[in-house]
Amino acid sequence: MVIFSTLNGVLYGMLLFLLASGLTLIFSMMGVLNFAHASFYMLGAYFGFQISQWLDFWLALIVAPVLVGLIGAGVERWGLRTVHRWGHVAELLFTFGLAFVIEELVQMIWGKLPVDYRVPPALDFPAFTLFETTYPAFRMFMLLISVAIFLVLLLILTRSRVGLIIQASLSHPHMVAALGHDVPKVFMAVFGVGSALAGIAGVIAGPALVTQPSMAHVLGPILFVVVVFGGLGSLSGAFIASLLIGLIQTFAIAINYSLGDVLMALGVTRPIQGLLNDLWQVTVAQVGPVIPYLMLVLILIFRPTGLMGTRET
Amino acid sequence: MSTNAMATTTSQPLDLLKRYGIWIAAAVLIVVLPKIFTSGAALTTMSLMGIMIVFSLSYNMLLGQTGMLSFGHAVYYGLGGFLAVHAMNMIAADKLPIPLPVIPLAGGFMGLLFGIIFGAVSTRRAGTAFAMISLGLGELIASLSLILRGFFGGEEGITANRTKMLTLFGVRFGPQIEVYYLIGAWCLVCVALMYAFTRTPLGRMCNAVRDNPERAEFIGYSTQMVRFITFSLAGFFAGIAGGLAAINFELMNAVNVSGAQSGVVLLMAYIGGVGHFFGPILGAILVVLLQVMLSDVTGAWMLYFGLIFILMVMYAPGGLAGLVMLHAPLWRNNTLHHVLPAYALMAGPAFLLLGGTVLLIETAHHQLVRAATEGPAMHFFGLTLQSNSVIPWATALIAIAVGLLLGRRFAPRLVEAFHEASSPAAQLGRIGGA
Repeated sequence: MVIFSTLNGVLYGMLLFLLASGLTLIFSMMGVLNFAHASFYMLGAYFGFQISQWLDFWLALIVAPVLVGLIGAGVERWGLRTVHRWGHVAELLFTFGLAFVIEELVQMIWGKLPVDYRVPPALDFPAFTLFETTYPAFRMFMLLISVAIFLVLLLILTRSRVGLIIQASLSHPHMVAALGHDVPKVFMAVFGVGSALAGIAGVIAGPALVTQPSMAHVLGPILFVVVVFGGLGSLSGAFIASLLIGLIQTFAIAINYSLGDVLMALGVTRPIQGLLNDLWQVTVAQVGPVIPYLMLVLILIFRPTGLMGTRET
Repeated sequence: MSTNAMATTTSQPLDLLKRYGIWIAAAVLIVVLPKIFTSGAALTTMSLMGIMIVFSLSYNMLLGQTGMLSFGHAVYYGLGGFLAVHAMNMIAADKLPIPLPVIPLAGGFMGLLFGIIFGAVSTRRAGTAFAMISLGLGELIASLSLILRGFFGGEEGITANRTKMLTLFGVRFGPQIEVYYLIGAWCLVCVALMYAFTRTPLGRMCNAVRDNPERAEFIGYSTQMVRFITFSLAGFFAGIAGGLAAINFELMNAVNVSGAQSGVVLLMAYIGGVGHFFGPILGAILVVLLQVMLSDVTGAWMLYFGLIFILMVMYAPGGLAGLVMLHAPLWRNNTLHHVLPAYALMAGPAFLLLGGTVLLIETAHHQLVRAATEGPAMHFFGLTLQSNSVIPWATALIAIAVGLLLGRRFAPRLVEAFHEASSPAAQLGRIGGA
C-alpha cells in the first residue's frame, strides 16, 4: 500500500508540476498570477476528449496542447496586454473573469456532467501486479510523459539560448529589450507555452481523473499553493512543492486517525462538547483537502519567499 | 473655494439639508420603494439588494479604500450568518428575551472576531501576498465547512425560524415586508457608518496606505496597523450582512462561506466601481438585478456576467461609478449636451454590437444546451428562430462586424467631442457667458 500511495503521490505531484511550472514562469516574467491557468488545463482535457472521439488519442496528445497554447497566446496578446496599463490588480482580475467565462463556455458546450473520456485501448492494461493489486499502465504512461516534459523543460531553460533569453527576461527585462529582443513577444511565447503545458496535463489527466466543468476550480487553488509554497518564480521550488503536496494529499487519505484518538491515547478526555464536537472526530483523511491551504497560510506568514524563492511575494 | 463661500451665505437649515439630504432621501426611498414595487418577487429582490449593498461596501473598505485585494471575504459573511442562525436557534430554544432586530449584531461580532484573528495573520503582508493568504484562508474555511458538520450543517446547511423570537410592539417578522424594513434600516445604518469611516483620520490613512505605503510609514504610521483595523472592521460589516442574510433566508449553508461567494462580492464591488464610495452600491444593485432578471430570461446568464466583468476590467477599470464620474466635469461645465450628439451617433453601432453578441450567445446556447430536448426552435425577443439554420448565426456575425466597423469609424468623433466639452476653452466660454 505504501508503494502504491507513493506512486500515486508522485504521479499527482508530477501533474501538479506540469501546471505549476507554466504558472510560476508566467508569474516571474509578467508578475501576473494567472487564475485561468487551471482553466487551460480543463480546456486541454476537453479538447483531448473531443479530438480522441473524432480521431484518436495520440493525435489529441499533440493537437490539443497546441490549440490550448494558441488560445493562451491570444489571451496574452489581446487581453492581458490591454489590461496591463491598469496595473497588476486589474490583470489578476482579468484572469479571474476569464476563468469564470471559460468554465461557463465549457458547461455550455460539453454540458455540466462529466464526459466519458476513456483511457485509450492501447494503454488499457495493468502494468504490474504487486501483492495482488494491479497498477494501470496508463498511470505509468502519465508518469513517463510528465517526467519527460520535466527533463526537456529543464534542459531548455538551463542549456539553450532560448532558455537564456527567458531567464534574462525574468530578472532584467529592460536590458534584454535593449539588446534587441522583443520582450513582449517573449512574454506571449512563455504564456502560450505555459498554457500548452497545462493543456498536456489536461489531456493525460482527463481519462485518469474525471473530466468535468468543476475540475478547474478544484485544482486552481491547489496550484497557487504549490507555486507560492515553492517560492514564486522558482522552478525547483515548484517541483519540490508539487511532489510534497502530491504525497501529502495521497497519504492523508490513508490515515484514519482523528485528533480525539490521539489525545485519547495520551490520556486526555474530551474537553469540548456541542457545536464544535466534530473538531474532535474528523480523521486525518477527512482533513486532507484542508492541509495544503494550511501550508499556504503558514508559509506566507513565516517564510514569505516560499521554500526556494529568492524574492518576497 | 466657491462652494465654501456658498455655504457661509446660505441659511442654517439649508446647510443641514445639503449635508444630510442624501441620507434623508435614501431613507425615504427605502420606505417608499415597497409601495411602488408591491409584488412578492420585487420585495425579495430588494431585501437581497440591501444585504448585498452592506456586503459589497464592506468589501470595498478593503479593495477600494485600502488597496487590499481579498479572495476570501465570504468567510466573514458566512461565519457571521452561521453564528446568527445558531443564535436564533439558541434564543428560540431557551426563550431568551432577545428580539430579532439585534441578531445581525451577533453576526457582526462573529465577523469582527474572525476579522481580528485572520487579520492579525494576513494583514502583516500587503499586495499579492495578502491576496494569496486571503485565498488560502478562504479555501481553508470553505473546506472546513464541509467537514465540521455540527457547526456548518454539512451540505444541507442549518435552518432557523425568525418568528420564534421575543416580539416587540407586536412585530413578529413573519411577512417579508417586515423583514425588508429591518434589512433596510440596518442597511442605512451600516452604509452611514461605513461612509463616516471614510471621513475619519483612519479612513484617510487607509487611502494613504493604498496609494503610497512607504511614505505612510515614513510619516510615522504603521501600515500594518491601518490594514489590520480596517480589515477587522470590514469583517464586522460583512458579518452584519451575513446576519441579515440569515434572517432573510432562515437558512445558511456551505455555499455562503465558499470561494464562489467571495468571487461574487469581488465582482459586485468591481463592476460598481471601487474608486468611489457609491460604486459598490451600484454594483450590488446591478448584480442582484442581473441575477434575478437574467436568470429568468436566459440560461447563459452567468456567461453574460463574466463577459461584463471582463469588459469592465479591460476598458472601464473605474467601474460604473467611474463612468458616471467621468461626466462630472462636463456636468459642472454645463457642456454635457455637447457630447450627446456623438453618443447618439455611437448608439447605432453599440446596439448592433450588443444585439449581435446576445443573438450569437443565445443561439449557441440554445443549439448546444436545449436543442437536443426541445428542438431547434427558439424565441428571441418575440421572434421565433431556428438555431440550426444559418440565418441567426449569419445575422449575429454580420451585426457584430458592422457594429465593430461603424464603432471604429465613429469613435474618434466621440473622443473629440468629449475632449472639446471638457477642455478649458469650453469652461472659458461658460465663464464668459455667466
